[in-house]
Amino acid sequence: MSEVPSKAKVVVIGAGIVGNSVVYHLAKLGWKEIVQIDKGPLPNPGGSTGHASNFIFPVDHTKEMSELTLDSMRQYKEFGVFVESGGIEVARTPERMQEFHRRMQSARAFGIDHSSLLTPEEIKEIVPYIDETIILGGFQTTSAGVVDSLRMGTLMREDAMEKGALTVSANTEVLDIVVEDDRIKSVVTDKGEIECDYVVIATGCWGPKLAAMAGVSIPLTPAVHQMKDIGPVPMFLDAKSDIEYPVVRDMDTNMYERQHGTGLEIGSYAHRPILYKVEDIPSNAEAALTPTEFPFTQEDFDIQDEHALELMPEIVGDESIGEKYAINGLLSLVPDSMPILGEAPNVKGLWSASAVWVKEGPGVGRAIAEDMVLGVSEIDWHGEEYSRFQDFQMSHEYIQARCFEGFNKMYGIVHPSEQWESLRGVRVSPFYEREKSLGAFFFEAGGMERPQWYEANAELVTKFGDAVMPRTAEWESRWWSPIINAEHLQLRETCAIADLTAFVIFDVTGPKALDVVQKTVVRQMDVAVGKTIYTPVLAPNGGFKADLTVMRLAKNHFRVVTGGAHGMADKKAFANNLPEDGTAHISDQTSGMTTIGLWGPNARLVLESITQDDVSNEGFPFASNRIIEIGNVRVLASRISYVGELGWELYVPVESGLALWDMIWEAGKAHGLIAAGAGATVGTGRLEKSYRAYGNELETSYNMVEAGMVFPKVKDQDFVGKDAYVKHRAEEPTSILCSLFIDDHTSSTGEKRYPLGWEPVVTREGELLIDAKGRRSFANSAGSAPSLGKHLIMSYLPPEYAKVGTELAIEYMGDRLPCTVAVVGSKPLFDPENERVRS
Amino acid sequence: MEIAVCVKRVPLVGSAFMLTDDSMSIDTSRIGATLSPHEENAVEAAVRLVEAHGGSITLFSVGGADAEEQLREQLAIGADRAVLIDTEGVEIDSKATAALLAQAIKDDSTDFDLVILGSESADSGGYQTGIRIAHALGRPVVTNVKGLNIEANRATCERAVGSTREVYEVTLPAVITVLDGLNIPRYPSVPGRIKARKKPVDKVSITIPAQTTVRTTLRVPVSTSKGATDLGTGPDAAKALVEVLKQIGVMQ
Amino acid sequence: MMLVFADHDRGTIDPLTFQALTFARNLDPDVQAVLVGGGGAGLDVTAAAAELAQYGAQIVHVVEIAGYSDYAPLAAARALVELLVSTGAKALVAASSARGNEVLAHVAAITDRPFTADCYSISIGDPHQIVRARWAGNLHEEVDVTADVVIATVFPHSTEATPAPAAGTLKEFTATVSEHDLAVRVINRIGASTGGVTLPEAKVIVSGGRGMGGPEGFTILEEIAGALGGTVGCTRVVTSAGWRPHAEQVGQTGTKVAPDLYLACGISGATQHLAGCKNSKTLIAINTDADATIMNHADYIIVGDVNQILPLVLNEIQASKS
Repeated sequence: MSEVPSKAKVVVIGAGIVGNSVVYHLAKLGWKEIVQIDKGPLPNPGGSTGHASNFIFPVDHTKEMSELTLDSMRQYKEFGVFVESGGIEVARTPERMQEFHRRMQSARAFGIDHSSLLTPEEIKEIVPYIDETIILGGFQTTSAGVVDSLRMGTLMREDAMEKGALTVSANTEVLDIVVEDDRIKSVVTDKGEIECDYVVIATGCWGPKLAAMAGVSIPLTPAVHQMKDIGPVPMFLDAKSDIEYPVVRDMDTNMYERQHGTGLEIGSYAHRPILYKVEDIPSNAEAALTPTEFPFTQEDFDIQDEHALELMPEIVGDESIGEKYAINGLLSLVPDSMPILGEAPNVKGLWSASAVWVKEGPGVGRAIAEDMVLGVSEIDWHGEEYSRFQDFQMSHEYIQARCFEGFNKMYGIVHPSEQWESLRGVRVSPFYEREKSLGAFFFEAGGMERPQWYEANAELVTKFGDAVMPRTAEWESRWWSPIINAEHLQLRETCAIADLTAFVIFDVTGPKALDVVQKTVVRQMDVAVGKTIYTPVLAPNGGFKADLTVMRLAKNHFRVVTGGAHGMADKKAFANNLPEDGTAHISDQTSGMTTIGLWGPNARLVLESITQDDVSNEGFPFASNRIIEIGNVRVLASRISYVGELGWELYVPVESGLALWDMIWEAGKAHGLIAAGAGATVGTGRLEKSYRAYGNELETSYNMVEAGMVFPKVKDQDFVGKDAYVKHRAEEPTSILCSLFIDDHTSSTGEKRYPLGWEPVVTREGELLIDAKGRRSFANSAGSAPSLGKHLIMSYLPPEYAKVGTELAIEYMGDRLPCTVAVVGSKPLFDPENERVRS
Repeated sequence: MEIAVCVKRVPLVGSAFMLTDDSMSIDTSRIGATLSPHEENAVEAAVRLVEAHGGSITLFSVGGADAEEQLREQLAIGADRAVLIDTEGVEIDSKATAALLAQAIKDDSTDFDLVILGSESADSGGYQTGIRIAHALGRPVVTNVKGLNIEANRATCERAVGSTREVYEVTLPAVITVLDGLNIPRYPSVPGRIKARKKPVDKVSITIPAQTTVRTTLRVPVSTSKGATDLGTGPDAAKALVEVLKQIGVMQ
Repeated sequence: MMLVFADHDRGTIDPLTFQALTFARNLDPDVQAVLVGGGGAGLDVTAAAAELAQYGAQIVHVVEIAGYSDYAPLAAARALVELLVSTGAKALVAASSARGNEVLAHVAAITDRPFTADCYSISIGDPHQIVRARWAGNLHEEVDVTADVVIATVFPHSTEATPAPAAGTLKEFTATVSEHDLAVRVINRIGASTGGVTLPEAKVIVSGGRGMGGPEGFTILEEIAGALGGTVGCTRVVTSAGWRPHAEQVGQTGTKVAPDLYLACGISGATQHLAGCKNSKTLIAINTDADATIMNHADYIIVGDVNQILPLVLNEIQASKS
């Protein structure tokens, strides 16, 4: 039929809830010449939005997803397509009841005020067709509801069209996405080519196909979510609207049931994971229903039928009620179960808004649009950044394995430290065999196997006794060992070797390398060769995008070292500032380099014994770096520490790593050297030093002043976020990051409990602390501070509470544990004058 | 009343047909399967008869092992057991299919009062299986049935001719083939599904019989897309439409 | 020689039979028709034979069977089996109508021969190469058929009926028909014609789909159909929802039609529906979705809401008539 425009500022591909939200918000923020295309018809082009169950339970254990969902609910309400039906999660097991306490914590920490715990009898009152005898209780959120996502999409498109900003072309198939010089050039469709500056892929499970056209990968897989709609249900015949009863989630069976008009919809995430490839999805014409409504496979639902029958026998057991509709609906799964948002790591102008659900669609649309137009969004979404993936994480096998494993965790009780089981050992350090022989318990960091603690150090637990702060409660003991705290204490007493191979390392080189680094980071980088600088990286709003260390190795050569989990996104932050003319480059060294940490009071003694180079405090001062020779290995040594001890990070090519490890290990025997896992070197060590962690204390919602990280001077050179930073320095902060000690761990059952992070920090009376910007106080981090003999919390507190000695409390598993502000700002609780680091 | 119902698994197609690379079959790799539409009415008719007269329902199907999916679906609707004549995926012509079904019905330990089929299958549309089975069993057959009533061993059948209905009467045992519209088939219930899991599906192995009709190829006919003339919208469109009616001579 | 079974109801020959005669004639000019009846109501043998002759029947075999009533399929088949033997015909052809397919299937079953329904073309040989419809014509299948006599029906509207007057010599034939062969026969007719036009014979069909919104939406369709001397049709969705009687369903499992005008209102154009209406001479579609499948199969389209446009259309028709 009609042709598409030949030019556009942005082409948004996809007219599901996500694409519609993106075009709406782009138009609202003032962009014009927006073209939206979809290969299907409108208003239901046949993607996952069209068959979504459309209910929203806002409570999530991640702050970002909670905020995106809350923002979405607000938008749905604004458009009048939200029905507040309420929702109840029911528990069949005691473990689930404990999980509900945890959900209460997350609800209160992340801004959901309408949650409460219910008894089976109370649930029966609200949901009369439930068999309350098989459940132990429920978690109710009265603000949960059901939306009309298709209608919302139509209204959003219409709004953008009324602004004269949007042209929509349905039944238009993308044939190619043309990239020239790593930048978007055009989109080729079956109705013509559109030259454009930006492309947004908002195509749900078709994402990988479109990404491949642009030569990149969107690591998601189409997967089946089964549901059936039975009816008409006699009890619902008088229903006046689509939803009058609360949506019920039967958490322990991975299922949900909701009244839908006169029917009851039964959905499941309990069946075997059924993953597809994008090539398996039929075209709109080929499909009997829509392309994402696959034929229902009953054999996968047999057990679910019985579970539904158990919970709602009155309805499900009624032989006169038939299955009107049943599908294997496709949705998108991602290896780490998070959406894929933002600009592609290596194609300028190519954006992804993929693997997004109806519940967070409008919020994501706004966040993406703000990031595109303003450079930063109000809601932080660093955990969803497209650029977070390592290369191997985009392999088909990896995606399939992790999505297969992750599928049944959808309603699972997932411990915050829970480790994946599939495809382990993909990336290992050169010391892997040594670590295994020391009984390493491996966690995964950026896909790298990294020891969390070593069973070989078990005897240290005996040595330190109660100082390791043993835990009895199963939940906090899971994925934890007292050995972590023992290693911590030993490190502070003698010294430890640590495997830091998980670091992401990249070099910025070329005549304009300094400009790139200056533009990206907060601190002055025009420093002498051989300096090592710890610095934050800011967003335009002055919030945190990263924190990392930069070494100046030569005039035009900087090496950036950052954490494995988010390092790939940090690399993109630098890449964003590369000049067009090729006068600076970024080269990734991550897989070529390995890093050993050597820290502790005896670290110098160990190092001295294996090098001829001067490693004295004068000869090798803190925050400097240079090449030293250890045996026949030339090592880039950098005197820096994340545990607050004397010591070095030692960088060598991977092939030399094992030799270096062995030399240090041998030399260390005389000086009490142990191997220490990341539990101590990344976890406990930094906490008692008040070192902040990206993703916990540092993210775009908080600024430098609030984090207590103000440096004496602001450099003259421009850098991203400078204006905001300067402004923040002149203002009084509305929250200040503090460290708090828990005063008494005794819970109502008498057992000692240890919060793990993300719990609400409240007054002793249980009142929430909300700052002038509406942000709540919660534990950004929580964990052991073994050298202080305390369990420590870091939390942003409003100024009136941010005073040493303020008595507060932390909500944990249904109890309020008393705690007290121990320090305001970043002054360390352990070794406050930093004498050890500089010794 | 003992009833046999013959059903067939067919691809669940959309508005476009995709063929396999050798053009010998529909590419079903991206689509599902269902029953031929008339057969849902056949099972529904059988279920109603058993509800009214007692007895049991046995399903017969010629097809691959995957046809069990459709059989289970109909067992959930109310059939009691099923016999799957397993062709291991080999397609069999109408004549041989009828012979296999007739043999299985004869071989079955149950004496069936009634054999019900769809008038024709959605895919091959041969209009003959029921009639051939009737001849093989030596029983009368009424086809294209859109109304059915059974009393005391007599089946009264109606079929549509123009706006009227012809009435046939036949003495059981008999074969009838039915059409969409005979009834509104019910959906399976969850208890029905649960019961269906325990109902027997007997697989019968066969040697593939000789074929008198052999496919050489399939073709998707060239689209009849006509490049329509757009008559516009609103009142102008109504005027334009009536002009067209005059042109094509339907406005006497 | 080609033998063509003439499908008639009380003497009214199904127009598809003329297509079958034309089809057979194109294979072999020596075409002979078979007219089976019981001397019952309505069959005027001479008149019917004349019509068959008009489309090329050189000979019309008239088989009078006592007790045949309006129709007794097995008895008709028995007569054809005998005629095949006595005439030595190399093919037996009929229209792909309910009766055509049924009688030929009986013949095939009795004589243990293959029967090929819904053919587009036949090339007689060893084997016979036949192109036939699958999926109600959405797919074409080429088959090799091994048989001494071809037994086949012709896909509706795939061959245009063209007159080619021939002698149409009447030849009476007496078949040996048993009581058993007459056991299944029409014993009664109910639901006498309302005087309205039936779907298969209507020149104008005004048809509605899901887009009509509900049973009340069909009132305007009835009015337009009335004004044009046509009848109302509908889709499977509509009959499944109980909005309209099944007799009005057009499509693969309903009636296949070929009127002069098919006005499709609020119909998206599912395969199953198109299979029943795509042979219409003129197809006009009214739909809110400009990209609905039906729009690709229409001669004229109006993009818009049926509820707004149809009253205007009715007004225009009435104004233009008065």
